[in-house]
Amino acid sequence: MAAYIAKRLLAAIPVLFGLSIIVFLIMAMIPGDPATAILGSYATPENVARLNADLGLDKSLPQQYLIWLGNLLQGDLGRSYALNRPVLDEVLERFSATLILAGTALVLCSILGLLAGVISAVRQYGLADKLITVLVLIGISTPSFWLGLLLILAFAVKIRLFPASGMYAIYGGGDLPDLLHHLFLPALTLAVVATGVIARLTRTAMLEVLRQDYIRTARAKGLTERRVIYRHAFKAALVSVIPVIGIQAGFVLGGAVYIETVFQWPGIGSMLVNAISTRDLLLVQGGVLVVAATYVLFNLAADVVQTILDPRLR
Amino acid sequence: MKKLLAAAITAAAMLLASPALSQTPPNVLVVGQIAEPKSLDPHAVTAVNDFRILVNVYDGLTRYKDATLEVEPSLAESWTISDDGKTYTFKLRQGVAFHDGTPFNAEAVKFNFDRMLKEDHPFHDTGPFPLAFFFSAVKEVAAVDEATVEFKLKEPYAPFLSNLAYPTGLMVSPAAVEQYGKDFGRHPTGTGAFKFAEWDANAKLVVTRNEDYWDGAPPLEAVIYRPITDANTRIAEMLSGGLDVMVEVPPDSLQQFRDDAAFTVYEQAGPHVWFLILNMREGPFAKKEIRQAANYAINKKALVDNILQGTAEVAAGPTPPAFAWAYNEALEPYPYDPEKAKQLLADAGYGGEELIFYVTEGGSGMLDPIAMGTAIQADLQAVGMKVKIETYEWNTFLGKVNPGLEGKADMAEMAWMTNDPDTLPFLTLRTEAMPDKGGFNSGYYANEKVDELLDKARAATDQDERAKLYKEMQEIVREDAPWVFVANWKQNAVTGATVENFKLQPSFFLMLQDVAKP
Repeated sequence: MAAYIAKRLLAAIPVLFGLSIIVFLIMAMIPGDPATAILGSYATPENVARLNADLGLDKSLPQQYLIWLGNLLQGDLGRSYALNRPVLDEVLERFSATLILAGTALVLCSILGLLAGVISAVRQYGLADKLITVLVLIGISTPSFWLGLLLILAFAVKIRLFPASGMYAIYGGGDLPDLLHHLFLPALTLAVVATGVIARLTRTAMLEVLRQDYIRTARAKGLTERRVIYRHAFKAALVSVIPVIGIQAGFVLGGAVYIETVFQWPGIGSMLVNAISTRDLLLVQGGVLVVAATYVLFNLAADVVQTILDPRLR
Repeated sequence: MKKLLAAAITAAAMLLASPALSQTPPNVLVVGQIAEPKSLDPHAVTAVNDFRILVNVYDGLTRYKDATLEVEPSLAESWTISDDGKTYTFKLRQGVAFHDGTPFNAEAVKFNFDRMLKEDHPFHDTGPFPLAFFFSAVKEVAAVDEATVEFKLKEPYAPFLSNLAYPTGLMVSPAAVEQYGKDFGRHPTGTGAFKFAEWDANAKLVVTRNEDYWDGAPPLEAVIYRPITDANTRIAEMLSGGLDVMVEVPPDSLQQFRDDAAFTVYEQAGPHVWFLILNMREGPFAKKEIRQAANYAINKKALVDNILQGTAEVAAGPTPPAFAWAYNEALEPYPYDPEKAKQLLADAGYGGEELIFYVTEGGSGMLDPIAMGTAIQADLQAVGMKVKIETYEWNTFLGKVNPGLEGKADMAEMAWMTNDPDTLPFLTLRTEAMPDKGGFNSGYYANEKVDELLDKARAATDQDERAKLYKEMQEIVREDAPWVFVANWKQNAVTGATVENFKLQPSFFLMLQDVAKP
């Protein structure tokens, strides 16, 4: 298993390397440059040229890339033009906020999705199944930024139960209850779509497994229905659901972009949106690299868990 | 199982929700900003969003008189200008200290300008300083004695005093720059009414009262700036009591706040003008009659009332009325007169050629550019002008418009916000300001008389003399119609009921020295 993980991790390096080149090229291809973004109306060719020189952007693309790569190998991600601070500080700070939000959402959607899927499958075509199916469909089809705004209107503006935005209270606060208090609405919003997807898949996988011969055997042996479902069927169904959760982790990270903007969550998604619009190349590079690395790790974790659960894959 | 789940979720929700949210504490003002500040080094930033904080932490040698765009003494108590307009001598206020305790004096002033302007200055690398060209006329700064500083200019430059009142002219503590270097922007140290206290990135920036402020300590104990980029979230935060002040309220929501007694809405016209650049080098707009026809054909009143919902006023010429001293009151906006437009088009022999119209998706001061562009297109079509819109994202748009419209488009949206009546016409309407000469005259307007008036105004040091020249320039430009003059934007803000003495300034800076919140 250790060798397998090591192999997968090594394989991730060229992926990340290729990605950094692609991001670099895309950023170079989008019209407009950081100097124009900074200068706005005052962007005369002369002013742009001077600022580009100050920012080190007058060098050729390969040169710029090699400088970035060289610095990266020394653990330096450069300095953000727009924020005037080291990229690493900004990325780590923002990313931990995203991890808290996305992590909570992922746990939330896994638990809710699996539960809903199992109930649906076990009570196929029953009232519970129909109810869950409708809710799940609504969940999947609701644009999350809109749902977020609705929740803010309902729970922050109308009944003032939760804060409308931010990660911590502006004065006082800063402790765990304060964080959870701020986390609740955005995490819930972010979890909704993924919950739907996981619920649908769990239902299908469970139905599939419940039709298998060994389930019939288990029932024939006289095992309780509860034991059949949770010990035998659910564990088998998990094998096909786990990779989906791994992929959902990616979607949750991606979905965080909208949610972070709506709830002003200081995460990496909203950071990337701003960095792209200000053409802050180094910040985009740093952010994408971290997000991509996490995505690779999530998938690896999902694969490892799957291998452990399913003896056939070993 | 489902009941259990529902119960668990409800319990969790109850636990997480504490109803004790709400009002902000007394004497602390929470301001909703539209974005995270980039830096609090006044020489390194360009965004109004950052200026709103800076003007409360720093002072300049001059500042704008309350409710005007005229300069008055600030850190400089008085000044004299030599007859040739090339030497400015400032007497500095004595006994003023930076927030770090170091004294403000002539050496500090010299340090500030040398850092920005001299490439060999030991702290020039703490930049870049994108707006340093505001002071490119400065040749040398000399500290004559502790309280006297002398600026030698390369040529007479009338906007100099007003540029000193702009954030790029605010005075930073040399000792703090030496201590923090490139990170000075995160440890701002000035002489202003508020001292920097804390910057929690992407959450809040706190400044506290400067008890020793030379112009009297402010009533507020602290100001907390919160960056909230999404306008809807900002509104929700304001409605839920998490903010005391919110700036840049979208027109759609302004009425909601007006109707609610818990809020007060403020509006203030600023030095902003929204216009269409017309390409005079080629195509139909090379003819003056057709340019005037476009001015008559567009219903500007409908644009500001319906699309901008009253958050702007109809513009009459190239200079915004906020520059009260330099604005020509006699100037009337082109009336909405489609018949006259049709007549002019017929007289000029317009043959229905297609006009390419550059529209931007957003951008600083651009208001609601897509809706505006579409309405303008409809107005022009109504008099028989065929208009094809091409839409670009702001940075791309600037990259296309700033190098000039020749060979690409016939008209383009544009907006400017400036601090001196000189800036906009000087950079956009002179023959010497064509794009290939580094200016912004993207429509290639050329009128010798306008060139002469602007050059004279820049060299004059007497305000009345300058005013006369600008007023004459406005009449000529209105008649020549190198642009379609559309709108002057009014800045707005909403405050909670407990906020007192709040005022918006024509400069668009958010001065909080006198604001109270008992």
